[in-house]
Amino acid sequence: MEEKIDKIVESLGRRNIEAEIRQDPLGTEMILNVGPQHPATHGVLRLVLKLDGEYIVDAVPELGYLHRGKEKIAENMTFLEFLPHTDRMDYLAPLSNNTAYMLAVEKLFGIEAPKRAQYIRVILNELSRISSHLVWLGTFAMDVGALTVFMWCFREREKILSIFDIVTGVRFTTSYARIGGVAQDITDEGIHAIKEFIDNFPKELEQCEKLLNKNRIFIERTDGIGMITKEQAIDIGLSGPNLRASGVPRDLRKDEPYLVYNELDFDIPVYEEGDCLARYYVRLDEMKESVKIVRQCIEKLPSGPVKADEPKATLPKKEKVYTKMEELIHDFILTNFGGTPPVGEVYHAVENPKGELGFYIVSDGTGYPWRLKVRSPSFTNIQELKVRGKGNRRDDMVGRRGSIDTVMGEADK
Amino acid sequence: MKDKIIEKLNNLFKEDIVEVSEFRGELTIVVKKEKIVDVCKFLKEDQELAFDYLVDICGVDYFREKDRFAVVYNLWSLKNKFRLRLKVFVDESDLVVPSVTSVWSAANWHERETFDMFGIKFSGHPDLRRIYMPEDFEYYPLRKDFPLQGIPGSIPLPGQEKIKTQRG
Repeated sequence: MEEKIDKIVESLGRRNIEAEIRQDPLGTEMILNVGPQHPATHGVLRLVLKLDGEYIVDAVPELGYLHRGKEKIAENMTFLEFLPHTDRMDYLAPLSNNTAYMLAVEKLFGIEAPKRAQYIRVILNELSRISSHLVWLGTFAMDVGALTVFMWCFREREKILSIFDIVTGVRFTTSYARIGGVAQDITDEGIHAIKEFIDNFPKELEQCEKLLNKNRIFIERTDGIGMITKEQAIDIGLSGPNLRASGVPRDLRKDEPYLVYNELDFDIPVYEEGDCLARYYVRLDEMKESVKIVRQCIEKLPSGPVKADEPKATLPKKEKVYTKMEELIHDFILTNFGGTPPVGEVYHAVENPKGELGFYIVSDGTGYPWRLKVRSPSFTNIQELKVRGKGNRRDDMVGRRGSIDTVMGEADK
Repeated sequence: MKDKIIEKLNNLFKEDIVEVSEFRGELTIVVKKEKIVDVCKFLKEDQELAFDYLVDICGVDYFREKDRFAVVYNLWSLKNKFRLRLKVFVDESDLVVPSVTSVWSAANWHERETFDMFGIKFSGHPDLRRIYMPEDFEYYPLRKDFPLQGIPGSIPLPGQEKIKTQRG
């Protein structure tokens, strides 16, 4: 035992934990190490729990097992070159990340994407929101013991990935956005596939709901579990569905409308309870709202170009590069040295499936960002486990962890 | 809203506001680092401004002689739906900034990240240790003088020590 404690103290590297651990002469408390390779931590998160019987006395989340230094990498490449790296942060919603990053870059350059591109971005953003929430719903239901939902959710998600394949050419790591627009126009085939999906999806979601909403095991494992009050949620900086499940109606799509969200009609689901069940209902309602948004966007989709005509910031069309001198020069300069943004700093945040994803860019006037900081929602949301870990039952930990919906690729950057 | 913030801060902290700037509609206020906790506390507790939500804290390395580093605080007011950026400059000779964990709990991990990446210490932080990098890592990766490819040998690879002992 003594050896084990020494090992744990050493691995944590925290000076004051030693006294804390050794203060228990009767040995009623034990240390439980969960992860980093554990199915319930959904990624490489390590949780060190101090237990008193079934109750958690203290919880220490440890991060960094997936740290790839994205911010350092960003400083050494042009703005466009960093785009594929954003796919690999929140890998459950790569299209949202692409858009979030490009909006920040566009804000820095002071350009705006054409209307059609903005609508396409919104459609794909909302589809990736649905797909991300589906993964969450499936895994969360599995965490608390319902396996069928997992299969059904992944079946639906597969359909969305097929849509991405048609629209962007890639199923998963899409890299679809460009500075000032999107990579290519959406085809009729793509629009048809999206229409078919949103017509069928509400029915399929209802089936999942039928399995869970009146399921006694599911309700008992989520109702009143993992409570976060309004004040606590604000204090620890939760964002996204977790915050709205605690009764704070903060959604950047409404508060700071970006893209064309102010032209669309949708509601923000807010629940006051702040437990795992509320977080489940918020995400369920959000998926339904997303379907509504996608339907409106397809109806309103204007015609026109999908990329801004800004030769100093965006890459020109390939056919023009091959035939025109001016465009060839721009293409060469932009590919090799990046654009020439003004000196300054911008922060742009969007409402990602997980919460507020923001990019803070400090520019020194060259084509490379001087500093790029990713404000990732998962990172802040995991803090909840530290702050609110105390006093809960050990077997609820898995459900609580699942209900927060984090992706370690994003939290560790 | 912008005028109100500047006016209120000027009334109370006239000496401590270094610079007010605006770029792309975003307000940035540079504050003296000794006063950052007071300014934050005021911004949070003032009924009218109510910056009760801390979005982010991050560091910036400007790589220059004076005031090499900066710590950037990104605040949001739930009531007014307004964003504000506070900034303090930190000189390389004195890498200590007062911690704002007493104002927002959310600052805890953000400050740990800034410490991990830039080596800026936050006085009064309850648990200041590295968050991403190993505890025995000696360097601060996001500083501009840290090379992109890393420093060879700074992190022992798994199994490296074992091989050494086998060879005797």
